[in-house]
Formats: sequence, C-alpha cells, structure tokens
Amino acid sequence: MLSSMIHSIPGALQLGLLYAFMSLGVYITYRILDFPDLTVDGSFTTGGAVAAVMITNGQSPWTATACAFLAGCAAGAVTGLLHTKGKINALLSGILMMIALYSINLRISRVPNVPLINQRSVFDGINDWALEIVAVLIVLVLLDLFFLTDLGLSLRATGDNPRMIRSFGAHTDNTKIVGVSLSNGLVALSGALIAQQQGYSDQSMGIGMIVIGLAAVIIGEAIIGAKSILWATFAAVLGMIAYRVIISIALQIPWFHAQDLKVITAVIVIIALVVPTARRHLRQKSAARKRTAELMAAASGASGGGER
Amino acid sequence: MLELTQVSKVFFPGSPDEKVALAGINLSLKPGDFVTIIGSNGAGKSTLMNMISGVLTPDAGQVRIEGVPVHQLPEYKRSRWIGRVFQDPMAGTAPNMTIEENLAIAYARSKRRGLALGVTRAKRRFFQEQLERLNLRLENRLKAKVGQLSGGERQALSLLMATFTRPQILLLDEHTAALDPARAELVTRLTESIVREMELTTLMVTHNMEQAIRLGNRLIMMDKGRIILEAGEDRKKELTVERLLQEFENISGHKLADDRIVLG
Repeated sequence: MLSSMIHSIPGALQLGLLYAFMSLGVYITYRILDFPDLTVDGSFTTGGAVAAVMITNGQSPWTATACAFLAGCAAGAVTGLLHTKGKINALLSGILMMIALYSINLRISRVPNVPLINQRSVFDGINDWALEIVAVLIVLVLLDLFFLTDLGLSLRATGDNPRMIRSFGAHTDNTKIVGVSLSNGLVALSGALIAQQQGYSDQSMGIGMIVIGLAAVIIGEAIIGAKSILWATFAAVLGMIAYRVIISIALQIPWFHAQDLKVITAVIVIIALVVPTARRHLRQKSAARKRTAELMAAASGASGGGER
Repeated sequence: MLELTQVSKVFFPGSPDEKVALAGINLSLKPGDFVTIIGSNGAGKSTLMNMISGVLTPDAGQVRIEGVPVHQLPEYKRSRWIGRVFQDPMAGTAPNMTIEENLAIAYARSKRRGLALGVTRAKRRFFQEQLERLNLRLENRLKAKVGQLSGGERQALSLLMATFTRPQILLLDEHTAALDPARAELVTRLTESIVREMELTTLMVTHNMEQAIRLGNRLIMMDKGRIILEAGEDRKKELTVERLLQEFENISGHKLADDRIVLG
C-alpha cells in the first residue's frame, strides 16, 4: 500500500499544477472580492468543452486553450453583470450562471463527452513537468503584478472596503466584473488543460470544482498563511497541490472509493471553516469568564475591606 | 466653488415613516471657506454630506461644483472633486492592504486606473513625505497593513488620504466623534493644519460646540432639514457655547438635542 501511495504522488503533483489555475481563480472571487462565485462549476466545463471542440476541429491547441480562457472570462462577466447591474445576490447570480452553462456547454460540445485521443495538445513535444511548472509560474507572476497595478489595487480594495474605494473614484461594479471575469477565465483555462491532459472533455467534469477550489485556498492558507498578496496567491497554488496529494493518498486506503472524493473534499472544507471560528469563540468565552472572575474577586475584596 | 440651491430630500415618501431630511437647502461656499455645521439629531447634517458627495441624489434642487452641475453624477464620479473622511475610523481605509497601497489608491483619485504600477519608487518617496506631516512615524511603516493601526492612526491616515491630492472640496463628517479625547484632539489639530496649508474648501459636521466655534471661518446650524442660523467670520468671533445654545433655542423653539453633544 505504501509503495502505491508513493507511486501516486507524481501524478497528483501534476494534477495539482493543472488545477492550480482554478484555485487561483477561486482565490480571486472568494478571498479578494469576498464574492462566493459558483459559476466555477460551469465555467470549468466551458473551458474543457471549448478547447476540445476547437482541437477536434483542427485548431491549434494553443489557440484553443486561449479561447477557452476568453470563454471563461465571458461567463464570469455575465455573472458579474447579474450581480452588479441586476442587483442579484452574489451566490444566486453564480448559481444561475452555473445552471445556464450546463446547457450552453452542451451546445458547445454537442455531445456530453468529447474524446481527444490522437488529437494534438499543448503537451505535444514538451516535457509535461516543464510546461506545467512554467505555465503556473508565469500566471502567478502576471497575477501578482496585476494586483500591484492601480486597477489591481482598486479590485482588492473593492473586496476589502467598498465604501472607501468608491469615495476614491473607483466604480465598484466595474472592478467586481473585472475580478469575476478574470477568475472564471483562469478556471476555464484549468478546464482546458485538464481536458487535454486526461484525453477528453466531459459534461460533468466541473461538478464540485468550487468546493475543491475553496479547499485548496483554505489548505494553502493553513500551510503558509496569507501575510501578503504574493504569499496568498502562492498559497492557493500550493494548497491545490497539497489537496491533490492528500486525495491521491486517501484513495490508496482500501476502504475509500473514488466516488467518496466529493464527500472527503466537503469534509475538509467544513473542518477548515468550522474549526478556526469555534476555536476563536471558545477562546473569547474563556477569556471573558476569567476576566469577569478577576473583576468579581477584586470587587468582593474591596467590599470585604470596607466591613472591617 | 460649491453651490447648493433648493436641495431637498424626502425619505420613505408616502409611507408612515416619511421624513423630510432636507427642505430646500441653499448654501454657497467660496474657495478656501471652512464651514462648521452643528445641529440636533436628525437635523439633516449627514444627509447634506451624502448629497454633496453623491451617496444620495436630491429629489429637487441643484448641486454645483466649480459651476458644474453634479447632482446627477454617482459618487465615484464626483470623487474627482471631493475628499471625504467618515465618522467611522475603519471606513476610510482598506484594512488588509498596506499603508502605501492605501495611499496609492487615494493618489489615483480622478485618474484612470490602468495597468501602471500603483506604488513606484517616486510615489513611495512622496508618500513618505506626506506621512511625515502626521508625526505618527507611519513613514517607517509603509508595508504594514492598515488593519494593524489604532483607530486614531487610521483616522489620521484617512484624513491624509482624503486631502493630499488637494480636492476642490473636503467633507468631514464628525470625523473625530468615534475617537477618545486625546486622539480626537490630535486629528483635529491635523485637520486644522492641513486645511490651512492646502487652503481646502471644507465642510465639517461636528457635535463639539467649542470646536465648531473655534475652527473655520463660517458656522451654520441646522434643524429639521433647514439651515436656521448662519454665522459669518465676524459674528462667529463673538460666539460662545452658551450663546450658541441660547440662539438655537430662540430660533427653533426647542433645546438642542444631541445625545453625543460635547460642549467643549
């Protein structure tokens, strides 16, 4: 069992790198914009479908991958518009777009499953590892630079203090749309790469992606923290890699089946969300109790002194 | 510089909670005017601020800045002309971003926000110079997150961010009310020196009577959505807190009721 666990790790690392674009996307909406965006489940598949259809129609895999990114941006922009201009609750706008994308994705790919066997892919003629590592590093650096530009700063401030950034002349509707759009572009990019790597795109490949993305962001923060924006984006990548490794090891345990994946993921996210809050609550309560006891003791000590 | 003509606002029109927040306000500020505003709870002071900054749009009347009618423009477009400090010390800064990033956001006011770096070496030097004016040694903590600063430090930073780009109009909405007396004193002193130095046209709402009299060259008193008293430079010099309260009672027919009022 141990050797099979170790053998599964390189594959998990590679998957982690490819899914890392998705966790970066989720990081943008969930952490920076404070916008829990469920579009992700749909736009991941959109990326896979667009890439698969273009490649099977003879387009260059690089063009196909770039178009997948743009398609994701478009899907995200619609979610952003629904939320800002349509004044629909953030969660609900994401859900609406996710549902709409199920149909749209089928329209794009026409069949639920597009095989990419014997088709060209971006991995042709390049070492998989080199491509994955370089691609992640390039996107990471570009994203970090973007967050240091005037536009990037106003996007971060939109999630941090919308009232403040409006008083300094940024239109928060626009910054939100840009952010959600960029986020879903990255998610779709991830979907396009995964489809090429696994050799097919599938109508259901995006299901549960948002939770996996959240798990990755949270695990990453737990490992290296989020002291600055550079650390935080790196944490999103590292978190995804760690997540894939954890899952691949868990699947080697005989008792677990592949279909348990989603429940394991959900449990990881639940633990990560509940534990810190509960711990803070308990700590505050015990501190308050202690302090009250101290104050009471001081008060009774003082009145006791008066009687004497 | 700033001109309000017959500005009116009704909240919840037609409902049992209907409230006339502003009833035909006329106000005109010349460049360099520093106007302090006092009034009881619900007099319409904050509504007036929101009307000028664009958080609210008037139901009737006009707001002009340098002759340009702005009352239909949203807040983010009016901020080209207007710097603002809120009452809540947390409201004017982004806590999870660094001091220099916050300053860069303020620096980009009225500019198009593109893909140029927010903090450059030249800007950083400028930010340091500006921070030195606060005397809080923040110039050595450019990379610290603003959330780590105290309420007083954050409000001082907010004041700097609202003013260092020399906005045409500065709005101060009880910006020292949430601070302890020592911090409030510090921020008031900074306000005085910055406004004087940069010759900013300023409107300041305050609940501190003594401050309202001491600061600025004009004082207005509001009640029930109207301006009921206006004191210009000369008259203001003769005012005392007692006289001001007496005047308020004489004109409005009731005592000045503000649960946070500070007599000075």
